[in-house]
Formats: sequence, structure tokens, C-alpha cells
Amino acid sequence: MNGFLAIVRRDLRLAFRQGLDSLMVVAFFVIAVVLFPFGVGPQPNTLARIAPGVIWVAALLASMLSLERLFQTDYEDGSLELLALQPVALEITVMAKVTVHWLTTGLPLIVAAPLLGVLMNLPEDGYMPLMIALTLGTPTLSLIGAIGAALILGSRRGGILLSLLVLPLYIPVLIFGVSAVDVVIGGFSAKPQLLILSGLLVGALPLCPWAGAAAVRQGLE
Amino acid sequence: MFHRFANPARFLRFAAVIQPWIAGLTVLLFAVGLYLGLLASPADYQQGETVRMMYVHVPSAWMALFCYTGMAISCGVALIWKHPLADLAAKATAPVGASFTFLALVTGSLWGKPMWGAWWVWDARLTSMLVLFFLYLGYMALNNAFDDPGRGSKASSILALVGFVNVPIIKFSVDWWNTLHQPASVVKMGGPAIHASILSPLLVMGVAFTTYYLWVLLIRIRREVTANKVRALQMRQASRGEQ
Amino acid sequence: MQNHHLGSSLSLFTGTDLVCFRGGRTVFAGLGFALSPGEALMLRGPNGSGKSSLLRLMAGLGQPLEGALTWSDESIANDPEAHNARLHYIGHADPVKPVLTVTENLRFWATLRPGFGNGEDAIASALEKLGIGHLADVPGRFLSAGQKRRVNLARILAAPASLWLLDEPQTALDRAAEKNLKDAIADHRAGGGMVAISSHAENSLANARELDINQFRADSP
Repeated sequence: MNGFLAIVRRDLRLAFRQGLDSLMVVAFFVIAVVLFPFGVGPQPNTLARIAPGVIWVAALLASMLSLERLFQTDYEDGSLELLALQPVALEITVMAKVTVHWLTTGLPLIVAAPLLGVLMNLPEDGYMPLMIALTLGTPTLSLIGAIGAALILGSRRGGILLSLLVLPLYIPVLIFGVSAVDVVIGGFSAKPQLLILSGLLVGALPLCPWAGAAAVRQGLE
Repeated sequence: MFHRFANPARFLRFAAVIQPWIAGLTVLLFAVGLYLGLLASPADYQQGETVRMMYVHVPSAWMALFCYTGMAISCGVALIWKHPLADLAAKATAPVGASFTFLALVTGSLWGKPMWGAWWVWDARLTSMLVLFFLYLGYMALNNAFDDPGRGSKASSILALVGFVNVPIIKFSVDWWNTLHQPASVVKMGGPAIHASILSPLLVMGVAFTTYYLWVLLIRIRREVTANKVRALQMRQASRGEQ
Repeated sequence: MQNHHLGSSLSLFTGTDLVCFRGGRTVFAGLGFALSPGEALMLRGPNGSGKSSLLRLMAGLGQPLEGALTWSDESIANDPEAHNARLHYIGHADPVKPVLTVTENLRFWATLRPGFGNGEDAIASALEKLGIGHLADVPGRFLSAGQKRRVNLARILAAPASLWLLDEPQTALDRAAEKNLKDAIADHRAGGGMVAISSHAENSLANARELDINQFRADSP
């Protein structure tokens, strides 16, 4: 646990001192969503209809964009191999990195989401389920993404490859995340969707750090 | 000296013996299957002659899943027991599986046009196939993304296993999403009641596709083994140059 | 962590019949070594002969294709974290984060080690031993290559570990720093520590065993 906290603390400190990374993620999130009214026209009904999907897709892309650096900088300066050589299980190290990724991207996205709901004319009933679904879904995105980020270490084409690896695996989160908002707007309960999102998170919590650690290990060999 | 693991001589001898037999069997099965499917079986009372597309589409979809399963198992064997043939088999399977998936998508689309009046409909099965196609693409891209082929095969093995765990989850969520967004009146492909006159050519074609896959697999593994030998020779030259 | 009680006649850390397969070729085969408390092993050989590969195998970054690495007759692969707890590794890169001060950098690595108690003193004295006490509060981005290397070396002095694996540690060091390093290694050995070191430098350590890796080349016809 000490090792976990030490890595979280150090990575948060790095993130804050390096400055604007999280802000850039949020900026991307906002601008990606803002493109849609230009694309489909500003009719409030159209925007309201597509709002949950657009917000979720933009959140997914924003979360993915910052994944590339999850292990990359530590890999390049030799920190990652040293982290793998500490008396801390590599799974714990990966979990710490995922936690920091969520704190610096997932959490700001959740905070920014209501603003985008306003811009997209999201019906009032949709805000609550959107926030809950994002809270349950974005950690899963960070967890799955960590595997992809570890797999591309040392490869010839990083970022674009990462999107090909990770996006298909994001589809279930997207489906249930959007559906949770849609059904509430339609007047039903989102309980099944939110339960499934929780289930995905609970499944990803032990499996992804394990697979991510295996991926880091082969990347360091 | 090649490392003994990089030189699976026993497999090569076995492959050389078995390959002509598999090739012959494939040709024979295709001849029978196509005859039964295209000439000897009746046209569908609703869909007419287009139903014959099924004899290519359904086996392709089977093989798309079969190949991914086989690939994931090979990857597991390669990771756990470090068996080099398993690595080669997985690497050789991926493009074949991707081709089957692509074939299933194209035939599905061609079949769907007269039925749905559109080239593409977000039908649950077709959508799952599309995602599977992306999983194949990701595997192949990752496999080729490293200068060291050993790194590529290890990384992509882990990806294949992660993808394999995810396939049922994706399938489930796509089905859910589909029922949510589409009226149930859409005719499901290869519906529940299959008559025997349709089933037997379908099964023959399924077996023919499988033997075809084994045939291509053998060719590709033998090619990979040869390529590895060439690579080892080049490396030996490079490391000799330094002395 | 102390191994004084083990008789020095008994080798503590051994490798037998090691085969290293990397980058599609067999780097070396049939290689063996033995290290007892207080001993040093100098790895010799031209570029590409596998000095770094051997040190990485000793550290547990990757596993030998064949052969065994044992610590008190137990395979190091059985408990990687226990092995990590008793080793320090210096690789090609110096993981010094540019936005953290030298002390912050060292403190992070030290907190991951077991039994890191009176930490601040240990860090200060490690910096003094390498002649960079004045850099304690300087951010990593202002350091030269030689200074970064000395910070990395201070890292292994700040928290004790019985096995040092040093991959060309003299890189970028001036003569005074090289002297500091030699003194540190001598201290470490006097306290029962072990060192495996690869080096191009002609000058060798006192009473060190030499291992010429070139004689284990596997690709000679």
C-alpha cells in the first residue's frame, strides 16, 4: 500500500508540475463536442437527441488521447524498468498509474460534462445518469487503456496504434454509458445499464492491472 | 547453429507429408459443397436465389470466430509454455481469420441488400463481425509494430487474449444495443428452423472452409519458419561484422 | 538484508548454464557465474556480446531461455519481489525527473524500498559521498549528464541492498566522480555486499573476478 501511495503521489506531483496536460484533455473534450453543432446544425431537438452519444464518444476519445503518455515517459527515461525492479508488485504499480490517469483525465471530464450537456441541449433528466455513468465508466476506460498503453511501449507507431487496439474494447462501455442516459430521458430506470457498467468496472479492476503488468514486463524484456 | 527452438524440423517433415492430403481434401469438399449449395438445394421461398449466399456467409462467420479462438489459444500456449510453433501458428492465423471476417462482412452486406434494401444495416451479427474485424486488425498491426519480431509476437499475444476475454462482452453489448434500437421485425439471418436440404451443404461448406484454413495455415507456418532462418542468417552476419 | 552470517565459501548468487535469447538471436549460451558476499564480478566483452543482457537477467528483467539463476539455492523467479528488495540496478538511462528536485527524485525511490527509516539523512549523506551535496534542491532539468548519473548512483547509496548490478556506471563521470564510485563500491563490498559490473574502462576493481562473456558466444559456427 505504501508503494501504491508513493507512486500515486509522485505521478500526481509530476502531472501538476508538468502543468497543462489535464487541462488539454478537457479542452479537447469540449472542442470535440462543440464541433457537432457545426456538423449537424444547431436545432435544439437534434442536439438533444444526440447529446448523450456525442458527449460519451468525446469523453472516450479524450481519455484515450492521454493514454499514450501513461507509461511512455517513464519507459523512455528508464524509470519504468526501475519501477519494475522495486519490491512493489508490478500490478500495484500499474494500478497506481491507472489511478493517476483517472484522477488527471477521468475526473476532469466528469466535472466538465454538465457544461457540455448545456451546450448540447441535454434534457434535464439526463444530467444525473450522465454523471453517474461517467463516474462508473471512465475508470474502466483507464483500466482497459493501460493494457494498450503498455503494449505499445517501444513500438514504431505509438498513438495511432493505441487507438486501434483500445477503441474496439471501449465499445461496451460506450453502449451502456449512452444507454443509461437515453433511457432516463425516455422515462425509464437506468438501473440495468448502471449495474452492467459497475459489473464491467468490477471485472476490469483485477484483470486489467494483471494484464497490464504482463504487458509492461514483456515491454521491458 | 540455429537454436533448436527456432528450427522445428519435425514439424516441417510432418507438414510436408500432410499438406498435399489437406489440399486434395479441400478441393474435393469445395466441389461437393458448392454443387450441393448452388445446384442441388432448393431456393428459399421468401428470399429466392439470394439465400445461396448463406453457403459462403455462414461458414465465413464460423471461421472468423474459430480462427480468433484458435489464435487466442495459440497465443496462450506461446505465452505460458513459450512454444515457438504456437507463436507462428497465431501469427499465421491472424490474416486468414481477418480475411474470413471480411468475407463474412462483404457477403452479409450483399445478402442484406435485397433483404433490407440497404448495403449496410446495423444488424447485431454484422456489427459484432465488424468489431471482430477491428480486433484482428489491431492484432496484426501490433504484431508488425516492432523491430524485434519477438517483442511483436509477445505483445500481440497478450492483446489477443485480452480481446478473447472481451469478445463475449462485446457480443452481449452489441446484441443489447441492437434490440434497443431496432424493431424486432427484422429477419434474422440463418433463422432458427433450418431444413435438412440447407443444412447438409452448409455443413459440407463449413468443413471445406476448415480444411482450407488448415491448408493455408501449413503454408504460412512453413513460410514463417523459412523467413526466421533467413533472419537468423542475417543476424549472424551482423554480429560477425563486429569482431 | 545482511548476509554476513553466510560463509563466504558458499556462493550466494549463482547462474548456471544460462542461455540468453534476445532480438531473435542467441546472445550467449552455457554461461555460468558465482558471487559470494564481498565479491565483485567484472563483465568483459565487446559490444553486443551480452554484458547488458546478462545484467538484466541477473536483475530479473526477462528470463533466460535455459539455465537457472539462484539466490541461496532458490530460483530468483520464485519470488521476484524478494529479489528486487535485495538488488540495485543501474542501467543505461538515468531516471531523473526534470520537474522534481534531486532530493525529491531520490526520496521517491527510497520510499519504495523496505526499511527506509531515517531517510532524509541517508539521502543527504549519499549525495555527499558522490560530491553533489550542493545539488540537493536543484530540479532535475538543470543537471548535466554527469550530474544525472551521479544522482542515479546516489539512489543506490541512499537505501541498502546487498546486490549491485551496474551497467557501465562510469559513463559520463569525470575522474573525481569515478573515484567516488570506486570508494562506494569498496565500502559496499567491505560490508558484505556484492557487485556485478560491466565496463569498458581498462582500470579494474581490486580483487574482482573477471568474466569474459565473449567465450560464451552462441553463434559461432
